[in-house]
Amino acid sequence: MKLLFERSRTGRGQSLIPACDVPAVSFDPSLLRAEAPRLPEISEVDLGRHYTELAKQTHGVNDGFYPLGSCTMKYNPRIDEEMAALPGFTGIHPLQGEDTAQGCLEVLFRLEKLLCEITGMDGMTFQPAAGAHGEYTGLLLIRRYHQARGDAARTKILVPDSAHGTNPASAVMAGFSVVSIPSNAQGGVDLDALRAAVGPDTAGLMLTNPNTVGLFDPNILEITEIVHRAGGLCYYDGANLNAIMGHVRPGDMGFDCVHLNLHKTFSTPHGGGGPGSGPVGCKAFLEEYLPEPRIREENGAYRFCTPAHTMGRVRSFWGNFLVAVRALTYILTLGREGIPEASAGAVLNANYLMNKLKDSYDMSFDTICMHEFVMTLERLKHETGVSAMDVAKRLLDFGMHPPTMYFPLIVHEALMVEPTETESPETLDEAASVFLGILEEARTDPESLHSAPHSCPIGRPDEVTAARSPVLRYKFAQ
Amino acid sequence: MGSYIPSTAEERQRMLEAIGLSSTEELYRDVPASARLKVLDIPEGMSEMEAAQAVGALADKNRRYRAIFRGAGAYDHYIPAIVKTVTSKEEFVTAYTPYQAEISQGVLQSIFEYQTQICELTGMDVSNASVYDGAVAAAEAVMMCQEHKRSGVVLPDTVDPQVLGVVRTYCESRSVPVTVLPTTGYALDADALKAALADNVACVYAQSPNFYGVLEDMDAITAIAHEAGAKVIMAANPISLGLLKTPGEYGADIAVGEGQPLGMPLSFGGPYLGFMACKAAMMRKLPGRIVGETVDKEGRRCFVLTLQAREQHIRREKASSNICSNEALCAMTASVYLAAMGPAGLKRAAENSAAHAHCLAGLLNAIPGFELKTAKPFFHEFVTACPVPPETLQKRLDDEGMLGGLPLDDGILWCCTEKNTRGQIERLAEICREVSRK
Amino acid sequence: MANIPADLKYTKSHEWVKEEDGLLVVGLTDFAATALGDIVFIRLPEAGEEVTAGESFAEVESVKAVSDVFSPATGKVAEVNEALNDAPEAVNEDPYGAWLIKIAGTEATDELLDASAYEAVCAAEEDA
Repeated sequence: MKLLFERSRTGRGQSLIPACDVPAVSFDPSLLRAEAPRLPEISEVDLGRHYTELAKQTHGVNDGFYPLGSCTMKYNPRIDEEMAALPGFTGIHPLQGEDTAQGCLEVLFRLEKLLCEITGMDGMTFQPAAGAHGEYTGLLLIRRYHQARGDAARTKILVPDSAHGTNPASAVMAGFSVVSIPSNAQGGVDLDALRAAVGPDTAGLMLTNPNTVGLFDPNILEITEIVHRAGGLCYYDGANLNAIMGHVRPGDMGFDCVHLNLHKTFSTPHGGGGPGSGPVGCKAFLEEYLPEPRIREENGAYRFCTPAHTMGRVRSFWGNFLVAVRALTYILTLGREGIPEASAGAVLNANYLMNKLKDSYDMSFDTICMHEFVMTLERLKHETGVSAMDVAKRLLDFGMHPPTMYFPLIVHEALMVEPTETESPETLDEAASVFLGILEEARTDPESLHSAPHSCPIGRPDEVTAARSPVLRYKFAQ
Repeated sequence: MGSYIPSTAEERQRMLEAIGLSSTEELYRDVPASARLKVLDIPEGMSEMEAAQAVGALADKNRRYRAIFRGAGAYDHYIPAIVKTVTSKEEFVTAYTPYQAEISQGVLQSIFEYQTQICELTGMDVSNASVYDGAVAAAEAVMMCQEHKRSGVVLPDTVDPQVLGVVRTYCESRSVPVTVLPTTGYALDADALKAALADNVACVYAQSPNFYGVLEDMDAITAIAHEAGAKVIMAANPISLGLLKTPGEYGADIAVGEGQPLGMPLSFGGPYLGFMACKAAMMRKLPGRIVGETVDKEGRRCFVLTLQAREQHIRREKASSNICSNEALCAMTASVYLAAMGPAGLKRAAENSAAHAHCLAGLLNAIPGFELKTAKPFFHEFVTACPVPPETLQKRLDDEGMLGGLPLDDGILWCCTEKNTRGQIERLAEICREVSRK
Repeated sequence: MANIPADLKYTKSHEWVKEEDGLLVVGLTDFAATALGDIVFIRLPEAGEEVTAGESFAEVESVKAVSDVFSPATGKVAEVNEALNDAPEAVNEDPYGAWLIKIAGTEATDELLDASAYEAVCAAEEDA
């Protein structure tokens, strides 16, 4: 495919901005750039076709099954997009007066109330722009809490060894050091290891539940109690909330603060890697440390206010507002019955698909799973030489997005499958037969799997060369 | 009322039976009974029509201004029609981060094109695939500069106060010292910088045009910082870079900024786009996703996420940043915008914005009580005095469908873009004149 | 089986060491290079920096992994193999030719392993 720059022809362009209707400004030449940026010069039709071609080489949720574990690639309802595109939202300046943006403030206020009820929290901020940004913000709440109590010794965050890489990275950014907690044989937190790890230096525990192997930790109440008894706080990573919303709440499991991924659980689209939204909720005793500003209601009017001991800002303005509009529309649509129905559907679909595969693929934990399950292809690799990567790449030939590969790190040759609730039984049946067919190929023709995919626009890219001699921008001919 | 689940209740019952269960309850058998939620206390679900009406009513509660003379970090530029058409394509909207390169060449190539455009715009060597917004870009850039033997950031109080807030938050948690230089006259004084710069400071951050619209003396700032061995982070308005000298030309080490003016609507503050670009020497310290060009086994050009060993999923607690999801669709928006505008279009948007702002500044300066606060060169924002409480002025402007400048402690921060017409500008000045007479 | 030259000394963390002109030359073993896979970048210290025995002085990156390289001795970096900046693959191709740094002001300690002891370390790791 040609790059934009290769489609450029000098002198082409579009008539978008009128000639100036007031006298021009002449800046001192020392303030001007020496040469124009080499932006493409391109007609509207060529520009349109360029992106139509790029779109054809992009697999979205509507291009087929997308069981990317831990990412909750559910269908993105069209009405949510339509609401986010309303000029009454897109045309509002973030610094126009509160009185003239009451609708926007109400969106955030109502969404906060709904998400607090779903998570069992008391207050929430929408400033964080993605999950990792939320983790950072939540950990700063914990930091501020200990600091305010003069408890400077609490410098360690406990993170299970099965955790996503953002957890330890966020903890370090928030000024903590990380203690890794081993998993037990069931994939949950090893209670003895946890008891041994907590102490007067424990600031808190970060946990995903259901965890990254797709299981609900049955010891959850004991886990949070151990941490609390040691004086630490419990942080809930909401990456896997789609399994449990409406059935059990982080707040009722003993968690003190939580981040959500609106772009996972609440069906706002991923946009090829953002924008997302990672609101952070907390119990009442942490509200005073939330980022500024918050929104309160006063006789039917909405006002910004500053929490008493705010951590300050983690982003400009009020976060990814249009993502919040989508999530509000989604929750209003599902409501009291639809929210628990969606998560139960996600869990049911995962178990249904796992059940179809478990006689052929090794499951890392053969039990009832939550919204996702993890297969280990270690035995297959040993017997046939076919790796998790090979199977994943072969799935591409069947129009399916592969599961998450090689995660969590505690499972070897892992494939993590999350079907979500918005797939029909037929889709799951088809996916199962594709998986089983590939297993057959692995035994009869492993070579063809090593070279998969065979029907994509490109084969496997040379990642080694890309990293050794990075080419990170187009090089113009001189 | 709907959960977008395609299967019927009967089908779900059959699926339950297939896995050997009789009820949904059994799926949650590992959840302690005492923690189970009895009732989710939120309203019943709505039909699509009701939801559209409810959310539409909220949108209707907001006041949309016909003419906007306020910027301060969010700018009302013209957005070409094709930008929305392209960025609402379902594939781009609904795809995940392009981990599987073979079926993600569209997104990957668009990021590569974006990175190239940002490099061209800023005069830098390397760009990442975006961060959350301009404020986070500034904070991440400050973190990039911290070394064992050099730490801390020095920045003037002429930077966007929200950016300063985010930089403070990020620095506080990593114990990075922040020194804010007070200024007089709406721009950084080079001698003050020289005096404040200890020889172990990691970086100087400056914004030009700054929060008050003034073009800082970046040549002097860069020279002084480099003399002291500190890196220079320059924040710039991307539209201004269609016309004005680039961070690369000034000799900055890192260029950052808020990308919202490049085709993103105001949207009450987000989603926006943080752009970050740097000199080649700092490439491996750049946080976030980066796309690189390579070949597949047939030798065909293709694109992949690269330099991943920097990132959290590999380096975990040693990662340079925790960023994972970024603002990919906003980066694509900026890329389509820049391609549609082209070098001539972007320059015209910059020139017209500046011309309108200078026209308004001239008219206001002639009105008693609305004098310009400084004679320093500015781009498309400027500060004037205000002879009445700014709310009084805004109330009058509300009747005209106009959003006036942002009230400051000592005046009003005005902004113009190419969208403000001569007629609007003259009408605004007329109203200010009326107000000043009362 | 990995190539383990008899005339070099080794660490348990897979660095090789030899004395040359009063300096300690340090590199990564064939076993380590093979385990890492295709090396794409090596983050090296600068000449003049202090290194401490048992502490990391460099990082080796493959596409999907990062590993620390540990110093076999305490001293000052006398020389850095700058050629590795442009050609990190040399460590895969010729691990015992592509040294990383030379350390001054120190000598090989008794704690270093000889070839046969190191071979046992590798064998144990392979079984694990």
